[in-house]
Amino acid sequence: MRPQAILELSVRAIFHAVLVGSIYLLFAGHNQPGGGFVGGLVAGAAVALRYLAGGIDEVRSLSRFQPWTILGAGLFTAGCTAGAPLLVGAPVLDSGYLSVSLPVIGSVKATAALPFDIGVYLVVVGLVLMVFEAFGDEPEDDAPPGVVIANVEEHGVEP
Amino acid sequence: MLALLALHAVLGTGAVAFGSRLGRRALAVGVIGPVVALVWLAAQLGRLLDGGSVDEHVSWVPGLGIALDLRLDGFAAVMVLLVSGVGVAVFAYAARYLPATGEALGRLIGLLTLFSGAMLGVVLSDNLLVLYTFWELTSITSYLLIGNDHTKARARAAALQALLITSAGGLAMLAGFVLVGQAAGTFRLSALLADPPGGTAVTVGLVLVAVGAFTKSAQYPFHSWLPGAMVAPTPVSAYLHSATMVKAGVYLIARFAPAFAATTTVWRPLVVGVGLVTMLAGGLRAMRQHDLKLLLAFGTVSQLGFMVVMFGVGTPEAVTAGCVLLVAHAAFKAALFMVVGILDHETGTRDLRELPALGRGWGLTKAVALISAASMAGLPLFLGFIAKEEDYGALADARFSAHNLVLAGTVLGSMISFAYSARFLWGAFVAPARRPPDPFADAHPPVDHAHTPAFSFVLPAAVLAAFTLVMGLFPSLLDGLISAAGRSLDASAHGVHLALWHGLELPLVLSGVTIAGGCALVAAARPIGRVLATGARVPSGSDVYVAALRGLNEGATRLTGVVQNGSLPVYTGVILFTAAALPGAVLLTSGSWPGWPRALASPAQLPVAVLIVGAAVGAAAVGRRFSAALLLGVVGYGMAALFVVQGAPDLALTQAAIETLSTVLFVLVLRRLPDRFERRPLRSRLGLGRGLRVVVAGTVSVTVFAFMIMASSSRPARPVSAEMVERALPDGHGRNVVNVILVDFRGLDTLGEITVLAAAAIGAVALARVGRRAAALAEALAEARGIAPDLPDGVGPPATAGGGLVDGGGDGRPGSAPSGEVAP
Repeated sequence: MRPQAILELSVRAIFHAVLVGSIYLLFAGHNQPGGGFVGGLVAGAAVALRYLAGGIDEVRSLSRFQPWTILGAGLFTAGCTAGAPLLVGAPVLDSGYLSVSLPVIGSVKATAALPFDIGVYLVVVGLVLMVFEAFGDEPEDDAPPGVVIANVEEHGVEP
Repeated sequence: MLALLALHAVLGTGAVAFGSRLGRRALAVGVIGPVVALVWLAAQLGRLLDGGSVDEHVSWVPGLGIALDLRLDGFAAVMVLLVSGVGVAVFAYAARYLPATGEALGRLIGLLTLFSGAMLGVVLSDNLLVLYTFWELTSITSYLLIGNDHTKARARAAALQALLITSAGGLAMLAGFVLVGQAAGTFRLSALLADPPGGTAVTVGLVLVAVGAFTKSAQYPFHSWLPGAMVAPTPVSAYLHSATMVKAGVYLIARFAPAFAATTTVWRPLVVGVGLVTMLAGGLRAMRQHDLKLLLAFGTVSQLGFMVVMFGVGTPEAVTAGCVLLVAHAAFKAALFMVVGILDHETGTRDLRELPALGRGWGLTKAVALISAASMAGLPLFLGFIAKEEDYGALADARFSAHNLVLAGTVLGSMISFAYSARFLWGAFVAPARRPPDPFADAHPPVDHAHTPAFSFVLPAAVLAAFTLVMGLFPSLLDGLISAAGRSLDASAHGVHLALWHGLELPLVLSGVTIAGGCALVAAARPIGRVLATGARVPSGSDVYVAALRGLNEGATRLTGVVQNGSLPVYTGVILFTAAALPGAVLLTSGSWPGWPRALASPAQLPVAVLIVGAAVGAAAVGRRFSAALLLGVVGYGMAALFVVQGAPDLALTQAAIETLSTVLFVLVLRRLPDRFERRPLRSRLGLGRGLRVVVAGTVSVTVFAFMIMASSSRPARPVSAEMVERALPDGHGRNVVNVILVDFRGLDTLGEITVLAAAAIGAVALARVGRRAAALAEALAEARGIAPDLPDGVGPPATAGGGLVDGGGDGRPGSAPSGEVAP
């Protein structure tokens, strides 16, 4: 068995656990250590694990959506949450609070901050995916871009 | 009033959005706005003529004292009459002038409606900042209208010129508004003018306001955009650039002059001086033009100068007389522009050297042109004459030094007006019929396919001309409106009694002198033309504008060359040194040293601190980028450990997560950079560079260290964090204070931060793709050379990595272009 295969297998096992952990951080964040930002970072770390195991193709296969779609969706969610109070005549970013008692889980408290935090989470995950998209593919062997850029710096833009 | 403005906005955006589907029916949609405005004005007229006003107040930004204060008084009524009255005529005219189809039609009509609404906003605003908002809206709609034919470079350049000049003036005006408003303690126009403030700041503010008015009303030396704006379709020129938008500056001067002309010493010399120069110079330029539309444009510049003089003088009689001029000018200038548009539309030219002789079927057009041009020249029986009489009378009676000089200047300017009015009529209708057959007819084929204009095409202009004639014959019809306008500008103004015959008084004599002088100018047209031809050698306003723009570009290029030299170490060095040195200097001069803090709070800190310091020094000393990045990661984890020791698990968690990710991403990027540093920070052989780096690093570390200790020990106020900790659970419903601060108390900051994150992510992808495209290009080049090995260097496509920055085109292009060029 190749050493690479062991890495791939163990990463696949860990990946989902880390992802669930990141979502736990997101939802627990209001009362315990965590929050959208940390949750997003942890999810990003999970993505990084997949990258180590399978490269950029594996990262791309994680989501049906493009990285920038995720990023934009996050920004949109946060922006809408911020603007939503305007609809009921309250100032921007005014937070509401709701306590619902569900049959099995019991009393669940929800604040308007949660969708905002979900937006932050999505933005961070989208950012990580975009950086992998930008820098994650293998540099070409014959003409690595760094060398091309260095040449341009030395000789100007003329060939 | 607010509903009226909203109606214009809805109709305008609707016409822009669905104009392509509506076709010519968009006009019917657009004209609703001005018609409703006129009906509404008629309903309020009774109250206005009694000297009352209509006020509306809607709170907008109460924190800044900005409210949507709208006010319709006598003078505003005159302006609404111009904006909406001429507006209806222009819409009716545009129905025949514009081609029936095309997306451009709906857009043009929508923009005209939006402009009309913005202009109403300008004249109805009673708050300076609201007025400024509408003012800039007219600039923007005007920009879009001038550049309506966006495929023409000339139209785009003219639109940009108008936008740059008028919005630069608008910014000056905004600064002036702020100065004047602060001094007065209110931004409410009516309150401010009723109790005008004084002082140096107010004087400076008034000069700035006047500059804004000068740019908008095309006064020298800011006039150059107005002739350029003639590339716009004729309905636009007739509406914006003669009857309405350019009157915004005049409107502003009219509002401010009665309150400030007598008390502020610079006002009259500045405003009246600029107005006189504009009146004379614009008139002389008009006498040189061959393009009828340009002739009218320079005539407009000249007439605007006249209005600025009248309102700038600021005496009650002068501003009242100015109102008559305002109405008279709008009527005859809009009609004349429409006539030029008809000529252009039917004959295909508006050059008075090429116009064909016009036969039967042109009688109505000729009559309209005759009436309107006679009004422009100030001949009796027309409204222009009444206006000129009033103006002369008001200036002769004005009580300020040099008023006779101003009077003489306006008489001279009016002679020139007479001369270019005659040039217009002669060139358009008389000269073509008398012109001998062109011997070079083959070179310049005569335009002889002159259609006769349809009745409905001439009708709007005819209505305006009829207004000019009727009001010229029975001027007392305007008494009530003009008196109300004068009183609303200056409460001490008496009512006027406009009449064709005032008796043999000075104004009548001066009118006679004007007409006689004008006739002399016409008679001596040839020698005067030779003298005026030298005017072509004087740098024009456009030359000044182009030179200023070029100078700005060159200056910016030089400055960029100095400031942005492209070296990352220099950038970071400058940024860090500035960030450290400025607070450091303040700390040195005014800070007090609170004494050393306890060196070690708990024994666990010691190993962590040693680890951090060791890793930091190592990061600066190692030769490989990869190792440096890993050592920086160690520093970050060390910080997380410190947080744990201090009992802040939340911060530690965040720090560790960030450190993990940033190390991974760091390594990703480092794969593309050379393995080793070219110069190692701590082992550089270059003495100067190394010394500088050490100095910058030392300054930063010492400042940050001192700042932390001094800031944390000198807290006079109760820290804000205490309140946040208290309020987190009851108000934010969360026990994690950090998170509650992030998403609730400081939610706006977080929103801003994630926006920055998004921008950074887009930037990173764009940056990476530039490099990738360059690589693809280099590969394609190598491939091309392989196909045709005997290809000499330099024939292949230029391998410009920098091209990716300039040309944001598709990814496929660099790869496909070479093969096409090289293929034998």
